[in-house]
Amino acid sequence: MNTITCPIPVQEREHIQLAHGGGGKLTQELIETIFYPAFKNDILEQEHDSAQIAMPGGRIAFTTDSFVVDPVFFPGGDIGELAVNGTVNDLLCSGAVPQYISVGFIIEEGFAINDLKKIVQSIADAARKANVKIVTGDTKVIERIHGNQIYINTSGIGSIPESVALSPKNVKHGDSVIVTGRIGEHGICVLSTRNSLGFETDIKSDTRSLNEIVRNLLKDIPQTRVLRDPTRGGLSSTLNEIAHTAGAGIEINEEALPISKGVESACELLGLDPLYIANEGILLVFVPGEYEKQALEIIRNSEHGADAMPIGKVIPDPAHRVYLQSAFGGKRVVEVLSGEQLPRIC
Amino acid sequence: MCLAIPGKIIEIIESDDFLQEALVDFGGIRKNICIAWIDATEGDYVLAHAGMAISVIDEQEAELTRQALIAVGDLEQ
Amino acid sequence: MNQKEIYRDANYGKQLVTAIRKITTRPWKIMDTCGGQTHAIARYRIEEMLPPEISLIHGPGCPVCVTPADTIDTAIELALNNKNVIISTFGDMMRVPGSKYDLLTAKSLGADIRIIYSPLDALKTAMENPSREVILFAIGFETTAPVHAQVVYESSKRKIRNLSLLTSLFAVPPVLEHLFALPDFSVDGLLAAGHVCSITGLSDYHRLSRNYQIPISVTGFEPVDILYGIYTNIRQLEEADYSVCNAYSRMVPEEGNPKARLVLDEIFEPSVQNWRGLGSLPASGFKIKEKYKSFDTLKRYSIKNKCLIKDDGCIAGEIMKGIAKPVNCPHFGKACRPESPLGAAMVSSEGVCAAYYKYK
Ligand code: SF4
Repeated sequence: MNTITCPIPVQEREHIQLAHGGGGKLTQELIETIFYPAFKNDILEQEHDSAQIAMPGGRIAFTTDSFVVDPVFFPGGDIGELAVNGTVNDLLCSGAVPQYISVGFIIEEGFAINDLKKIVQSIADAARKANVKIVTGDTKVIERIHGNQIYINTSGIGSIPESVALSPKNVKHGDSVIVTGRIGEHGICVLSTRNSLGFETDIKSDTRSLNEIVRNLLKDIPQTRVLRDPTRGGLSSTLNEIAHTAGAGIEINEEALPISKGVESACELLGLDPLYIANEGILLVFVPGEYEKQALEIIRNSEHGADAMPIGKVIPDPAHRVYLQSAFGGKRVVEVLSGEQLPRIC
Repeated sequence: MCLAIPGKIIEIIESDDFLQEALVDFGGIRKNICIAWIDATEGDYVLAHAGMAISVIDEQEAELTRQALIAVGDLEQ
Repeated sequence: MNQKEIYRDANYGKQLVTAIRKITTRPWKIMDTCGGQTHAIARYRIEEMLPPEISLIHGPGCPVCVTPADTIDTAIELALNNKNVIISTFGDMMRVPGSKYDLLTAKSLGADIRIIYSPLDALKTAMENPSREVILFAIGFETTAPVHAQVVYESSKRKIRNLSLLTSLFAVPPVLEHLFALPDFSVDGLLAAGHVCSITGLSDYHRLSRNYQIPISVTGFEPVDILYGIYTNIRQLEEADYSVCNAYSRMVPEEGNPKARLVLDEIFEPSVQNWRGLGSLPASGFKIKEKYKSFDTLKRYSIKNKCLIKDDGCIAGEIMKGIAKPVNCPHFGKACRPESPLGAAMVSSEGVCAAYYKYK
């Protein structure tokens, strides 16, 4: 007896098609050949419609973030790694132990499947490093625009130990402000790849998860006031947010800012201010002044914390502003930017 | 106005097509800059504005200014 | 110590401040010429370091903030009404409001607007996109104008037909002369913009200082450079020495850059130019010569120069002259705000009106 088969042979596909997001056979193919093998874990293997996870009692932290970085691959990382590390660091900043991550892809038609594989692999690697499981996900395909873009949303859950009480409201005059690594690396690295604005550099994105710093810090200094990752908008936005919520001023010292020569030079070339450049692998840490030395030692001895510096103090200020003491003398107000910082000619 | 920063020529780029360019190092980052308006060679410091080297830094004048600055300081002693 | 470290060294700064205090015997008003200096003065809080007798007046601004609103409107219209057009522009132009909105908004409405580092990049864009029309939004003082001229020169040589320039180019000496000649101009000394001078050379400045009895210090942009410029300027004022002092000689040769000026003169000729907030001034800008008219966006698209100079009572001129403060302006904080500036001084965050607004 003859079975009816399609006369057109099945082709090895190299690019994403709309059908990959359609929920049918191609979607299944992606899941089975790319996502499952890379993310493999007990919860994913339950194959439920939603992940079923056992949570301990008490508070959980729950966060979400979307990643649209262009280019998708950049020196020092890619969008996949960034998407995991970003959400892990957000969880860490609330003092939680990161546990479970969801990954949603929005992929442009025409995106190379090999590139998708690379991204999925780096998601898996980043998750392993940060000790989190990818437990659920989704894929949608949108019509072609440039054929090279992918967007990723990740959400994450972690449990917050009883002893932790981090909040910008705890911040008090005299608290010390510490930054755990060099500033501006991610933003400048992405900018260096831009056509006209680009330049040759050894600067790499600092995307990384900061589990060890946070774990060690909260273990030894439960008095830690607040942790924040100064991503978009850079140090200035995050410091201003904290100053505003805390109802205090913050004074930082230009000379103390850890910044590489390359980032500084790139900022001068394009007329940018490093305080507004995005970071992906550093934290701002506020501790009571008397814990500054201890905190610094803990951070510097933790993975990714070697370049940590104390950069300033919380001060009384009715205007709740952030001030920068320049190395040259003179103090200026560090404003919040209304939008993305653009390169200047003037 | 007219953001311009100094950098060091590390390599003159041979090309017969586009305007004469050089790879210039600006303290750890490098960029191609057009040097059609100046006479400079590898190792020279140039002032770059909007992709153009607009002048070669005069080391002798730099030293004179430095001495003038020191002299201003000495007045105060 | 390398160059950069010297000119940011707080010790040199302190010594200069002490020296300035020592030689100052009476009140002096000193004007900087450009946004870059205003920026550095604000950033390093130089005004607060100076003795109270010295007041700093912020001069004509920068080419971005003096670009008239209707030129920005023209760029926006061209980009929105013609899907084939690519606008190439410097990043700081993106947020400067035209009469309705800015280039950033136009981009969000679908205009193809690309930020460049160098005008030469616009030439590359034109070569890479032969079926598109590239418009270089050519703004600048004399420092940047020859770079734009070089683009026209190269395009003409290569027979590139899909590139044109929407110019908004300014010459500094004519606007200074305009200010100096005003009967109520009360500024005593001038800091000339170093990077402009590295192209133009100093001849115009010698003439200005002689004719108007104003000492001029050619000044750089690092904090020590600025204090050194102020120091030499005050020294001249105290000694009644009305000449040009080159306080930035490591970057500025007396004769400027002749090769750059050659290209500038080949492509452009002096023309009347409208300064946002100051109005229209004769021979204070550059336009493309007839010979190269096919590279002139206005001619190519038959756009009438609207020249609708609504001065609307902006008193930026008075502020520059040193006889008024922003609060004296009827529009300050009302019709003129950072989101909807009337005059140049409100456009950039370092403009005096914007600075006053922020801390009012
Ligand atoms: S407030 Fe506006 S209108 Fe008034 S002087 Fe300043 S810039 Fe001009």
